[in-house]
Amino acid sequence: MNINFTLIAQAIAFAILIWFTVKFVWPPLLGAIEKRQKEIADGLAAAQEGKASLEIAEKKSAQSVGEAKQKAAEIISQAEKRASELLEEAKHQAKAEGDRIVLGAKAEINQEVNRAKESLRAQVSTLAIAGAEKILLKEIDKKTHSDMLNKLAKEL
Amino acid sequence: MEHEGTLSSPSQYIEHHLSFNTQGAEASFWTIHIDTLVMSVILGLIAMGLIWMVAKKATAGVPSKAQAFVELLFDFVDDQVKNIFHGDRHAFIAPAALTVFVWVLVMNAMDFLPVDIMASIYSFLGIHKWRSVPTSDVNTTFALALAVWFLMIYFGIKVKGLGGWLHELYTAPFGAKIWVWPFNFLFNLIEYVSKPLSHSLRLFGNMYAGEVIFLLLGLWAATGVSGLVFGAILGAGWSIFHILIVVLQAFIFMMLTVVYLAMAHEGH
Repeated sequence: MNINFTLIAQAIAFAILIWFTVKFVWPPLLGAIEKRQKEIADGLAAAQEGKASLEIAEKKSAQSVGEAKQKAAEIISQAEKRASELLEEAKHQAKAEGDRIVLGAKAEINQEVNRAKESLRAQVSTLAIAGAEKILLKEIDKKTHSDMLNKLAKEL
Repeated sequence: MEHEGTLSSPSQYIEHHLSFNTQGAEASFWTIHIDTLVMSVILGLIAMGLIWMVAKKATAGVPSKAQAFVELLFDFVDDQVKNIFHGDRHAFIAPAALTVFVWVLVMNAMDFLPVDIMASIYSFLGIHKWRSVPTSDVNTTFALALAVWFLMIYFGIKVKGLGGWLHELYTAPFGAKIWVWPFNFLFNLIEYVSKPLSHSLRLFGNMYAGEVIFLLLGLWAATGVSGLVFGAILGAGWSIFHILIVVLQAFIFMMLTVVYLAMAHEGH
């Protein structure tokens, strides 16, 4: 156990070794570790962000689906309303048309009846005149009594 | 002790295993322990070189197994330093702590090499005196402790200024009254002397004692069959226990280095 020059040599070796570590060994290790730590932290933060944005997107999509559903329901109800309106209109039109046809037919019938009445009346008057002629053949002049006969025919 | 016929007595055996490969004038200050120097420098180069090679290729992506291991070491040291030193530890103290820990650890770990087998190998190579464990040489531990001591003073002056450092030398820990100045100075002097002594001798003592116990067990193993059995069993036990001591002493040495340097940064 004698102290000698080895001490100084060892101290120099130690100093060089420390210098080497400080200069070349420690910085790259520190850099790599710190960079990895940062990357992991960034990754975690990105994952968190992604999660949050996913939640927002889900909320948005749910909202738009709800809106679309509401709109579809509105459109359907409108269509139904319109359909019932159209049906109603068609019914009305059909009824009006029917009424019109019925009316026309009635008028025609009336006309026909009147015409028949008219012709009957004319025939009756002719018949009456013929009958009266036969009865009154001698005394009644066709010309003088035609006014009276016509009035008679009209009254029939 | 069988490997060399000239070593017949136990004291010769132990003396042989505990003597350094010296260069230069015997018993003078200018002697150099070649074995201590060569072993420590080679171990330092290998250990820090391996870590350096991993560090050069360090990626922030998925690390290789080697990088993961080095990062484990890095985190371990960095955590310890972070708990003790509050400042920019990455500039000097943390890498210095890593150097101390790794270097002392590998130097201590040389204690696991079986002394007699290594001696056989060395003598086969023509080397008759070679100590494998640099930290069981007080020169190594004292060199490290002294370097830390100088760093301590350097950081003390750098942080507080020369005036502040000298002021603290006389006013801490008892106060600034003029009549306690001598006591303060004496106190600080003792502290500054005891720090490197305890720092270095703790490591040296543990490693040296470990080596001596291995040698004693080796001696016992040479006494006969029962000695061989007990020597082998106890040697295995001591080796296993020594794993703890080797790591623990390296850890303690690193922690004390960090604590001393951190104390130098803080005012009393």
